[in-house]
Amino acid sequence: MADDLLRLESIDLERGVRRLLTGVSLTVRPGDCWQMLGSNGSGKTSLMRAMAGLTRLGVQGYRGGTDSVLYQGHLPGLKPLLSCRENLRWHGSGRVTCDGQKIDAALARVGLEGYEDTVICQLSAGQQRRVGLARLWLSEALLWLLDEPFTAIDVDGTAILEAQIQHHCATGGGVVFTSHQPTHLPELKVLDLDKYAA
Amino acid sequence: MLPEAGAFLRYQGRRHLQVALRRPSDIVGPLIFFLMVITLFPIGLGPDPTVLAALAPGILWVVALLSSLVVSGRLFQADFEDGTLEQLVLSPHPLAISAMVEVLCHWLLSGVLLALASPAFAVLLNMPSRAIPVLMTSLALGTLCLSLIGAVAASLTVALRRGGVLLSLLSIPLTVPVLIFGTAAVREAALGYDPSSWLALLGALAAGGCVLAPFAIAAGLRISLEA
Repeated sequence: MADDLLRLESIDLERGVRRLLTGVSLTVRPGDCWQMLGSNGSGKTSLMRAMAGLTRLGVQGYRGGTDSVLYQGHLPGLKPLLSCRENLRWHGSGRVTCDGQKIDAALARVGLEGYEDTVICQLSAGQQRRVGLARLWLSEALLWLLDEPFTAIDVDGTAILEAQIQHHCATGGGVVFTSHQPTHLPELKVLDLDKYAA
Repeated sequence: MLPEAGAFLRYQGRRHLQVALRRPSDIVGPLIFFLMVITLFPIGLGPDPTVLAALAPGILWVVALLSSLVVSGRLFQADFEDGTLEQLVLSPHPLAISAMVEVLCHWLLSGVLLALASPAFAVLLNMPSRAIPVLMTSLALGTLCLSLIGAVAASLTVALRRGGVLLSLLSIPLTVPVLIFGTAAVREAALGYDPSSWLALLGALAAGGCVLAPFAIAAGLRISLEA
């Protein structure tokens, strides 16, 4: 299918000398929202990095799909010495947001109104995560790969984030995320990595 | 290239410069290091002005080479640690070009500044004033080569916890031609000869490096992110 956002076919994953996963297959179509489950060390982050195309070594199998990807991993991708607004102006995934109003609106959505000119290193861990996640309001990428997006985010923040994920899926995008917390997303599809453990 | 590529690269460069300018100690530090090492030579070799003048091209160039390697070795460290590098690799824009932007910004704040400050160091070592323009030109061109070589080594060692020694082992052999051409240009100029052929060779190295090194840097960064 040409319009699949991501297609994995019998992926085997090795990390170092250890085989983590065998035979993972997954198809993300527009509108799909997948939660990846698995115990610690089951290979969630490794598989996420393989999906994004960051890891190729030790990954066997077919991976295809769109190039329009937003990946938010454990690292925030923010410069500690730049302000929230300066950080969001540039994003490695290839989008430059020159429109200051859009950035301010995105920051307001994640509850950081009034912090636009604060440098990142003066924010709390949760606030820094929120700045990183504000990209979800700025990105035009079709496929979102979010590794533990709810970590260090409070209850209100989680609700806002879930609403945005839902909105993205409703408008034809696709999301794959990992989380240990139960979520309130409807029509959630679950990929349990413990079933594929090698 | 995507239509947004120009804006993307412009903002990326601006971001690099902004971060660097907010931590001016990282820019001034290498220059002070340079000055301190230069002042050690008259103490070690004795203050005879003719001896110092004869050794000045070599001293200035070796110190420039070492300080350049030290700073360019950490070129991608911060980007690696805060996740910027992951995002760069995933970007639809060619990694070779965006990595080159980083290297050029880095060179502007290290090599070009060093070249601009070098007349003061040359005077400290009693170098003839006719050689100073050549010293500046050769350092500007040479530090570009050194930044590129350092960036290749840095891209390969960025994921290692203690990559410092490996970094020097990888890059110092590659810097030898730069050192030979650079010191030869300055020495010729100090003796009153025409240094343009040496400068042309340095320029050729820099031009070749600008074309080829980005691909090596991009490949190195991809390998480093595999871990």
